[in-house]
Amino acid sequence: MKFVRDTLDKIKPAFEKGGKLEKLHPAYDAFETFAFVPKHTTPKLGAQIRDAIDLKRMMMTVIIAMIPCLLFGMWNVGHQHFLALGNLEASFIDKLIIGAWVVLPVVVISYAVGLGIEFYFAVQRGHSVNEGYLVTGMLIPLVMPPTIPWWQVAVATAFAVVVAKEVFGGTGMNVLNVAMTARAFLYFAYPGDMAGATDVWVYTGGEKIVDGYAGATALGIAADQNTTDALASFGSFFSFENLFIGNVPGSIGETSALMCLIGAGILIFTGVGSWKIIVSGFVGAYVMAALFYVIPGGNAFMAIPPHYHLVMGGLAFGVVFMATDPVSAAQTEVGKWYYGFLIGALTVLIRVFNPAYPEGIMLAVLLMNVFAPLIDYYVIEANKNRRIKRLKLKIA
Amino acid sequence: MNLKLKKGFDINLAGKAKPELAGEIISEIYSFKPTDFNAITRPKVLVNEGDTVKAGTPIFRDKKNEQVYFCAPVSGEVVSITRGAKRFPEEFKILADKEIQYVEFPKYSESDITRLSKEEVLEAMLKSGVWPNLVERPFGLVPNPDNEPRDIFISAFDTHPLAPDYEFVFKGQEKYLQAGVTALQKLTKGRIHISIPSGNSSIFKSLTGVQIHQVSGIHPAGNVGVQIHHIAPISRGEHVWTTTPYGLQQIGRLFLDGRYDSSKVIALAGSEVIEPKYYQIKNGISIAKLVENKLKDTNSRIVSGNVLTGLKVSKEDIIGFNHNLISVIPEGDDYEFLGWILPTSKKLSFHRAFGLFSFLSPKKERVLNTNMNGEERAIVQSGVFEQVLPMDIYPVFLLKAILANDFEEMEALGIYEVLEEDFALCEFVDVSKMEIQRILREGIDALQEA
Repeated sequence: MKFVRDTLDKIKPAFEKGGKLEKLHPAYDAFETFAFVPKHTTPKLGAQIRDAIDLKRMMMTVIIAMIPCLLFGMWNVGHQHFLALGNLEASFIDKLIIGAWVVLPVVVISYAVGLGIEFYFAVQRGHSVNEGYLVTGMLIPLVMPPTIPWWQVAVATAFAVVVAKEVFGGTGMNVLNVAMTARAFLYFAYPGDMAGATDVWVYTGGEKIVDGYAGATALGIAADQNTTDALASFGSFFSFENLFIGNVPGSIGETSALMCLIGAGILIFTGVGSWKIIVSGFVGAYVMAALFYVIPGGNAFMAIPPHYHLVMGGLAFGVVFMATDPVSAAQTEVGKWYYGFLIGALTVLIRVFNPAYPEGIMLAVLLMNVFAPLIDYYVIEANKNRRIKRLKLKIA
Repeated sequence: MNLKLKKGFDINLAGKAKPELAGEIISEIYSFKPTDFNAITRPKVLVNEGDTVKAGTPIFRDKKNEQVYFCAPVSGEVVSITRGAKRFPEEFKILADKEIQYVEFPKYSESDITRLSKEEVLEAMLKSGVWPNLVERPFGLVPNPDNEPRDIFISAFDTHPLAPDYEFVFKGQEKYLQAGVTALQKLTKGRIHISIPSGNSSIFKSLTGVQIHQVSGIHPAGNVGVQIHHIAPISRGEHVWTTTPYGLQQIGRLFLDGRYDSSKVIALAGSEVIEPKYYQIKNGISIAKLVENKLKDTNSRIVSGNVLTGLKVSKEDIIGFNHNLISVIPEGDDYEFLGWILPTSKKLSFHRAFGLFSFLSPKKERVLNTNMNGEERAIVQSGVFEQVLPMDIYPVFLLKAILANDFEEMEALGIYEVLEEDFALCEFVDVSKMEIQRILREGIDALQEA
């Protein structure tokens, strides 16, 4: 620790004003403040003491909340792999190793590309490196199919960080959720690698799949088939229990509603994620699905019991980790109720009526990101009007 | 009115002053600093170096608000007038007499005060030096006597960390408080509102001619701005004046004793004070004298005022005009290895993010230092400021309006209802480590000049 401090102090002058590497100061600063909380003290006037929290700790809390999803995702990638190959004897460790082999490179690529761009922009602008990407860098791999080509991860990350975030001014200024933008980019640019049958959702390692293993996702099946077939498959492989636990094919980190709920618990307990958005998100999805369920006729999706919607696909992951992104969500407490509810409701609406995009959560979050400022606008207008009304009462 | 406030956050610091008056501290030099007041732009110096003054002799005024005289807190010789940029007089230093001489003002009995006219009260208060104890809202200015206030508000308790206990400080001073209230009644057609903590018996309950409000809740329940917001909020075009029991006491002394006596009982508190206690002082006393032999031998910071809204001072400085507390806390100018992620129950946090365990022991007394605990960042978190601001105001949106210099938006979002102290907790809890009180002040100043 003393050694680290001494080394940092020794190389510091080069990065200070007038030093040889002055331009790289933001990069040096990022590493220094990662190792040590700086000795900055409070300014002369105002609050002389400050809360122990900072953005780094807040972001780390979100990452910790995602760890259950990451670990389960790694296991599940292995699990689906062996299932597809007909190997039912594979051990827990085997599955985890295969999963790690597939998942970790995606995580590394996401962080390397994203942080590289963040550092570049920080150096160019002379800003300090914001910690926002620590979370985005973990979210991106978790919403990718396990078979995603590495170069696509890199391209999508670069696209999302530059177009969704840096052009708006960086962390805190973005309108759209950065990770969702990365996924949407791939979804529309390379649809063949983001949706479809077995070869997308299950890592096979080039080996032959056994007969009878479908490998599609629950959403895919529900969107494809007629009512009876869909319901039949929902009775067995896609039982509520399996969907809830998450040992079904899907994007790396999204399959397990249970792990998402653990993450939600961490976010809500720590206050880092808004419980209002999470609760209203699930309520919105359930209400919408229940509405369709009681309407007679319609397509296969409408006949799916509403509680299935909560555990299928990425809804749970999206509501817990994407919708709660404080920058792109509604910022007023009243607005958060509407924002979350509409995300849930829109997700189910898109799932049921737009079979081309069975994964509704992605579009629902992005759409509501765009509308969040409008929600806030009306909440704030109401606040202003209370003040104007008070003034009018007084004059009258 | 009974007011129940739920939002806020109590910061329980170690080193509270024992309810014990440890005597009077006297200094050779006393100072007056015009910089203690907001928005003084056209200063006019009324004395020269070498002049002798009495306590209550006018030494300074602001040509923008020229009926108000700022007066010497003690008698003696004006030894120096320090001037800053544009020759702005920053400090008047007075070498104090051993025996303080007072300017003689008319003296009244308690019943006489009720018979005074508004003009007589104004005349006495404006000329004698007690006037700057009043604060005008919006903007937090020394009041302009021509802006008749809708109401006058006084908070009779202070919920800031380490704040002096008014029940202790003003025990036995009831007649001065009452005289102060009686005089202030002449200045407004509205009411004098006094807020006390609910439940307890209070010396302020015995005051007559006032509207008593019982307020329950954690900090900032004691902030007069928060109380005004709930009792009768300020709208555009209105003026409201506030003062503290300290102000009432000084106004009361002016009318009952006929002199400007700036004596007050203040607390010297904080974890770095050897024996935190109360002391009697006069306005403008030097910090060096105040803390002499009373501090631990540590790397500490002396703060005039409380640790949420106060001013860092050196020993060469003085106690702020409106301050009634000196807080001394450890300076936090050291590095902490991996301090942003290591679990801690020692550091205080309003949040519960990973590793922050202070919420498990909310009642514990804490020693907090001045480290920022992080660096300034973009605004990311939402919904937290609202939890420590018991007002129907959206602080982030107001701050953004200020940063965008959007006057209409600032007005619409309620900037007239707040001063820096009301946003101090927002600054404390802020994840992004912004200087929120400074931003708010910039907005208030910009709006006032416009």
